[in-house]
Amino acid sequence: MKAKLMFASLVLAMSVVFTGCSSDNSKETDTAAKPADTAQTSSDSSDLNAKLKDVLEQYRQFSIEQSDQLIVETEKFVAAVKGGDLEQAKALYAPTRMYYERIEPIAEALGNFDPDIDARDGDVEAADWRGFHRIEKGLWEDNKTAGTEEFADRLLSDVKSLRALMETVEVDTAMLTTGAVELLNEVSSSKVTGEEERYSHTDLYDFVANVEGAKKIYELLKPELASQDADLEKSIGEKFTALEALLAKYKSGDGYVLFTELKEDNTRELSQALDALAEPLSQMGKALGV
Amino acid sequence: MAANRKQDNGNREDGSRNISRRDLLKMAGIGGAGLLLGGAGVGALFKSNQDNSASASASPTNSSYHEEIPFYGEHQAGIVTPAQDFVVFASFDVTASSIDEVRKLFKDWTAAAAVITQGGMLGEDNENLNVPPSDTGEAAGLQPSKTTLTFGVGPSFFDGRFGLADRKPAELQDLPAFNGDALRKEWVGGDIGVQACANDMQVAFRAIRNLARVARGKAALRWTQEGFQRTSGADPSGGTARNLMGFKDGTGNPDVTDAAKMNEVVWTQSSDGPQWMAGGSYMVVRRIRIRVEVWDRSTLGEQEATFGRYRTSGAPLGGEQEFDPIDLEKKDEKGKPVIPVGAHIRVAKENGVQILRRSYSYSSGLDTRTGQLDAGLLFVAFNRNVAKQFIPMQRTLAASDRLNEYIEHNGSALFACFPGVKEGGYIGDTLL
Repeated sequence: MKAKLMFASLVLAMSVVFTGCSSDNSKETDTAAKPADTAQTSSDSSDLNAKLKDVLEQYRQFSIEQSDQLIVETEKFVAAVKGGDLEQAKALYAPTRMYYERIEPIAEALGNFDPDIDARDGDVEAADWRGFHRIEKGLWEDNKTAGTEEFADRLLSDVKSLRALMETVEVDTAMLTTGAVELLNEVSSSKVTGEEERYSHTDLYDFVANVEGAKKIYELLKPELASQDADLEKSIGEKFTALEALLAKYKSGDGYVLFTELKEDNTRELSQALDALAEPLSQMGKALGV
Repeated sequence: MAANRKQDNGNREDGSRNISRRDLLKMAGIGGAGLLLGGAGVGALFKSNQDNSASASASPTNSSYHEEIPFYGEHQAGIVTPAQDFVVFASFDVTASSIDEVRKLFKDWTAAAAVITQGGMLGEDNENLNVPPSDTGEAAGLQPSKTTLTFGVGPSFFDGRFGLADRKPAELQDLPAFNGDALRKEWVGGDIGVQACANDMQVAFRAIRNLARVARGKAALRWTQEGFQRTSGADPSGGTARNLMGFKDGTGNPDVTDAAKMNEVVWTQSSDGPQWMAGGSYMVVRRIRIRVEVWDRSTLGEQEATFGRYRTSGAPLGGEQEFDPIDLEKKDEKGKPVIPVGAHIRVAKENGVQILRRSYSYSSGLDTRTGQLDAGLLFVAFNRNVAKQFIPMQRTLAASDRLNEYIEHNGSALFACFPGVKEGGYIGDTLL
């Protein structure tokens, strides 16, 4: 969980920066630079969104499917927690989270869901802390389900609210292109360092799910991308393949090895493969004319 | 901000280098540019832009930020170029699997380096709100600050991945283990070495940051080290810089304006082989930690005996001035050599080998294990033939230099730096 640069907040942030640094000629700068840029891009974007209407709808459907499945799996997880089945709860924790991790940028765009569902200790005021990681702490650190039941109930109601709002989300191309990069940034900032799952050490599940979420976006945009910039499309595809091959080395049963089993050389290799993918991926928006 | 933007656009568009605002500033004859050009006028200005960097060998001045050093030329800049104030050295591992991708990397780097060294902004997307900016932006509006970028390839570049094994120069091997080496793997080796120097730290950092970004997917940073020396502003006289031991360092360097000397000491000649290295040079990089705390509690007498020079003047012991000849025979009243056995300059002088040193100091915070400063020398040296110059010299120093008590070599790398890039060509095009 970390502050995000969604399109709207970017525009807002830019205007704050402009205001902040232009004490001597502020008015002139603001009016001269900003509206012209945004006006131009928004008309281009609406053409593009119309052209990619089907793709955007497919992504919306994907997000809804993932959040439907998130509810189903969270119900099982919550049942295990409330039934006092510690081993089952631990086993379901990481796989359940993957449905959330694949669509995290959408959840963040929909309001305050990310802090409620995915905050780590210290991300929010202690009194407000709930969600997956609060339960994770109980299951692994305290090694018991007792005391996490109320958080389990809250989690289920939070993911249901998320699902309800999914219906209203308006997906545009910029959301996809920035969302794909954000998913990888999530990995880069916390999963590849083992800070996300500090009690369960199941970071690789999140890692894989974030990459899968980004891959979904790439695959949906692939035909259009190939027609606009075939080299870029090819490069992104190759880097996904390389990263997936690296991740496959850490498969264990139905899941993945614990983060604590990785050596520094392993995480560095993963991190560099991730950066190698994220850089061309961040050029998708430009190639598509977002 | 609007005004800056307009100016940047102007610079970006003049690919053919028409007269820019910066040139106009230069022609006003202020600062370093004025000193350099004298009264020769506009024609000479453009000539000097196209000449090799060696022609820019004026002493540093306060206004040297305005100057750009040509990227293209017979030799790479950043070798005989008088040392700028700051360095960011970067070692890269190539992650690309084909030679085509490596070639693409060097072409992309060439285009980027040509812009960075001239103080321009990279790419065209620096105003579009919906895409990541092409340039990372921290050098926007800043002067070129004499930026140079120097590229070389290490022994591992020729390990067979790219079918180049048979083109590897015989002397391009991992440096041998020297006495007392305490190398740490996080500061050793690399497929590619890039030295970024500038008279501004932010400008130098920006260069490496952007090259690393351009390289993503083809090469990844292996290790980096930043370095500094007293700035040209703090020492307008341009005298020999002091290292962190407090002594002048580099007094014995050969004269970079002596072209014949540079051909003898620095530039690999076509007769040396391989042909692709003709006009290039071998860059030795050593991360040498100074045991600062220990050095600081040794007496001045011991310190001067260790170097063989007076700390204040830099003169050799027994001499008066910094550049006085080193007299190894001179004895004191008790018959002992004035420059003691084992003194740094005695060992170096007896060795007789010349190299071009271009070192910087470094400070990298604390060694967390001990709480002591991790500071020292980022030793950078260029030589024509490392097997005949640096290696035998370092063998002798490692065996008998009194300085060894106070230093520790903990990083090491060797790179074959390509000859200069011709306009229209690309970095390494004599090899690739």
